[in-house]
Amino acid sequence: MASLDDLKKRIASVKSTQKITKAMKMVAAAKLRRAQESAEKGRPYSEKMNNIILNLSSGISDKENASKLLSGSGNDKVHLCVVMTSDRGLCGGFNSNIIKKAKTYFAKLAEDGKELKIITVGSKGNDQLKRAYGDKIITNISFKESKHANYFDAEKVGKMVIEKFGAEEFDVCTIFYNKFKNVITQIPQAQQIIPLNVENSEEDKSEDSYEFEPDEDEILSNLLPKNISTQIFKAMLENSASEQGSRMSAMDNATRNAGEMVDKLTIEYNRSRQAAITKELIEIISGAESL
Amino acid sequence: MSEEFKIEIVNPEKSFLVKEDVLEVVVPAFEGEMGILKDHISIISFLKPGIIKILSKSGDENYYVEDGIVEFKNNNLSILTSSIFNLTDLDKSKQQELLKLAEEEAGKPDINDQSKYLVDQKIEVLRSLN
Repeated sequence: MASLDDLKKRIASVKSTQKITKAMKMVAAAKLRRAQESAEKGRPYSEKMNNIILNLSSGISDKENASKLLSGSGNDKVHLCVVMTSDRGLCGGFNSNIIKKAKTYFAKLAEDGKELKIITVGSKGNDQLKRAYGDKIITNISFKESKHANYFDAEKVGKMVIEKFGAEEFDVCTIFYNKFKNVITQIPQAQQIIPLNVENSEEDKSEDSYEFEPDEDEILSNLLPKNISTQIFKAMLENSASEQGSRMSAMDNATRNAGEMVDKLTIEYNRSRQAAITKELIEIISGAESL
Repeated sequence: MSEEFKIEIVNPEKSFLVKEDVLEVVVPAFEGEMGILKDHISIISFLKPGIIKILSKSGDENYYVEDGIVEFKNNNLSILTSSIFNLTDLDKSKQQELLKLAEEEAGKPDINDQSKYLVDQKIEVLRSLN
């Protein structure tokens, strides 16, 4: 049985841990509000962009000569996966969930005999993937310096992806990120961005013919690279909101667990204190009796 | 009959501007400036660096853009752009900064014709602002 002194020390240490997790929770909550706000504000842009592309691609006449970003390179051999994670830890299952999702995808690719290339965004993902897929990772990008997700960073990643596509280094590109649903739930997502999946959603099929200036092909070939950056930016925004949400709930749990632990330890402490007193009393009484 | 329509300018970070009482918008489209009035035909076009002029009942506004896409449909004008500045906020130092960036890019040896054209446009517009 631990001595009274040890118990006291443990209680103190758990309490100070609790203070830290509580503070982290507060910070995450404050950051979450901002991240969530910017994720919401960023949605109109990507939605509009998507709409325009949808309208454009349905209006395009010869799909054969369309931009490769839309129709694909014609092959399905080399897959590039952009795995977007956070740069900081202590955020619950946030990073592991993305990695898990990515790893199942990788396993499927390997089964199908496809070649795999990985770009990791954020150092945590790189750390976790390094062990199993170290030879597949071509670059690791980290935006530790920038406080918030910003478009400039997303554009950097987008340009790199497009450059690599132009150099025919891969055929299909998928991005992995966490979609922010609410504070408790973040859903890991795999989204294919090259070639673009144009879902034929029947809504808004008003079939207005647009006038294009310059022609469709030129607009599309200009728009598609931008769309990639936009999608990546959207993923970054969602990710940063998810990260804070996930951290907040993880820290909330940690704080609660620490509280429970303090209670348990306090009871144990009190018990052993009482036991010690009883023992001393018995000793005194039996000492007095023997006289 | 009212001659107003709605404009919405969004950049990746947020919805930059929404106005319901717009009478005319002049955008620097890729193939020349284009004025848009109510009941214009549906159109999608690109922007080159230039000034967006918005004439509305509640006053006129001018914005400097570097790139973007315009979509006009059902009397809704959407402009997607990644770099937009209100001219009244764009002070001299910021102008100089943008100009310097553009000039740097124009000086690159491996620049292709299209981006060269765009950068030249940018420089021209920025100089004319001074």
